[in-house]
Amino acid sequence: MSGTALALALAALLALGTVPLLDDGFWLALAINIAQYAVLATAWALFSGPTRYISLATAAFFGIGAYTVAVLGEALPWPLVLLAAGGIGVLVSLLVGLATLRLSGVYFVVFTFGLAELIRQLVTWFEVNVARSIGRYVFVDITQPQIYWQLLGLFGLLLVIGTWLSRSRLGFALRVIGEDEVVARHAGIDTARVKIALFALSALFLSLTGAVMAPRWTYIDPAIAFNMTTSFQVLIMALLGGAQSLLGPLLGVIPLVLLFEVLGANFPNHFSILLGAAFMLVVYAVPRGIVGLLARARRRAAA
Amino acid sequence: MEAVGGVLFSGIVLGGMYALVAMGLTLQYGVARIMNLAYGEFVVAAGFAALWLFTAAQVSPLLGLLLVMPAAFLLNLMIYRVLLLPLVRRARSPGALETDSILATFGLLFVVQGVLLAAFGGAYQNYSYLSVPIGLFGATVTANRLVALLFAAAIGTALWLWLARTRAGTAVRAVAVNPEAAQLVAIDVRRVAALAFAVGGAMVAAGGVLVSMFLTFNAAMGVVFTMKALVVVIMGGVGNLMGCLVAGLLLGLVETAVASWVDPGLTLAATYALFLFVLILRPAGLFGRPAR
Repeated sequence: MSGTALALALAALLALGTVPLLDDGFWLALAINIAQYAVLATAWALFSGPTRYISLATAAFFGIGAYTVAVLGEALPWPLVLLAAGGIGVLVSLLVGLATLRLSGVYFVVFTFGLAELIRQLVTWFEVNVARSIGRYVFVDITQPQIYWQLLGLFGLLLVIGTWLSRSRLGFALRVIGEDEVVARHAGIDTARVKIALFALSALFLSLTGAVMAPRWTYIDPAIAFNMTTSFQVLIMALLGGAQSLLGPLLGVIPLVLLFEVLGANFPNHFSILLGAAFMLVVYAVPRGIVGLLARARRRAAA
Repeated sequence: MEAVGGVLFSGIVLGGMYALVAMGLTLQYGVARIMNLAYGEFVVAAGFAALWLFTAAQVSPLLGLLLVMPAAFLLNLMIYRVLLLPLVRRARSPGALETDSILATFGLLFVVQGVLLAAFGGAYQNYSYLSVPIGLFGATVTANRLVALLFAAAIGTALWLWLARTRAGTAVRAVAVNPEAAQLVAIDVRRVAALAFAVGGAMVAAGGVLVSMFLTFNAAMGVVFTMKALVVVIMGGVGNLMGCLVAGLLLGLVETAVASWVDPGLTLAATYALFLFVLILRPAGLFGRPAR
């Protein structure tokens, strides 16, 4: 994104910050939902877009953030809780990255595929055997508008970092890796280190989003926090929009949040089937995302 | 504290099931090059089919195999033809096909899970078939586990014989080793890939039916089965049946030991521990040669 575009986007975010002043019911809830998935999908695409490594671990990091709030929410002041949530997320991502990102992509996919389920089992085991309770109440003094503003802040920060990244050596290295990893290695790029660094950055934002969203629930148990569907929804949104550009995922987030809202309200028992069908439709019909369609339309208009 | 003999037996039975299920996956991934994330859902679906046959029509699960396996073969053949062949055609490189198949089968996972949830609900299910205790090497085991193990061994052996001794099986092995070279000796790679995918689907259905005889299952368990099958395949080396057997048994034993002596809630952690161990020490699998 160019400097002007970034400034415009940030100004738009500031303007969107007024939503809670206008309505604090349905529209605010919808805005929170969109903002949440905007941050998640953009953070996912930050790593998976340029490198083309598909991470299925979104729910794991989101859950880490949310559960950290459930455990530490009352004990520490809010900024420290956020710091802890982000810190644990980054730590886990470094472990996963060190174990798998030095090897070929398929190990990474397999490892991230079961990660949310693994952490859910470990947390459940800990709660049952050590804490002797399953599930926790979230008691923190965070209002709905505050959740919304924090999400907008995270999104703004992501845009700034993403813009910086696209101009930096690190971002260039990432794009080379995405094009051809062998070439990247021959060009002297430490591919493993670049991939691990970006995966950790992406995990930081995913965990923070989980932490910010946690006060929306009053009660959290491991099954709520570490829900595979989150990974799935974020993936499909980023793919529909287009994972290769910074604002691409946002184009997928808005229509799909609205669609899922409608589907969830009208077909609660068949939600999963429709979700899967929508996903496959995206994979088959829009493999390059809305961004790809727009680029093709522009090329055709020019020709 | 459970006796060593009982744990050993349970571990071998569970490991045999993992090996059988992973053999199907190694055919789908090693030959057809489809990374099937919906795999575990089909294990569970076959389990539900066996449950339904047994409770609604009083068909024993062992007879049910004769129905479920061909049905799964045809279903997987259709899935390959309709859903995956377009991806194979559009893929410019093996990497692109891997990415596309991961995405498509991830979607399929939610569809199958949704169908199972809508049809059978989310509750844990089991049925009682042949659950009579028998004594074996001083330990007491239920007959259904022993029968399941024997059937798994028979089906696994049949698959091995088919691959090793028949013309079609040889073609499948050739494609697994090198799809380009296989074309040079007049093997229709796409047809063989479809065949391998469908046979893999029949194997997974067999695994699902046998597992359902002694394990409690629910519609949401597919992910765990997929994860374990993937780990077994990677541990054994992609496309390697013997590797599947050894890795499957190893995983079954480790998991049963952890479940009986440490905590049943930590079985997936045991899977991951084994996986990490392999990734760090032998990334190409226990029997594989390093790729680069």
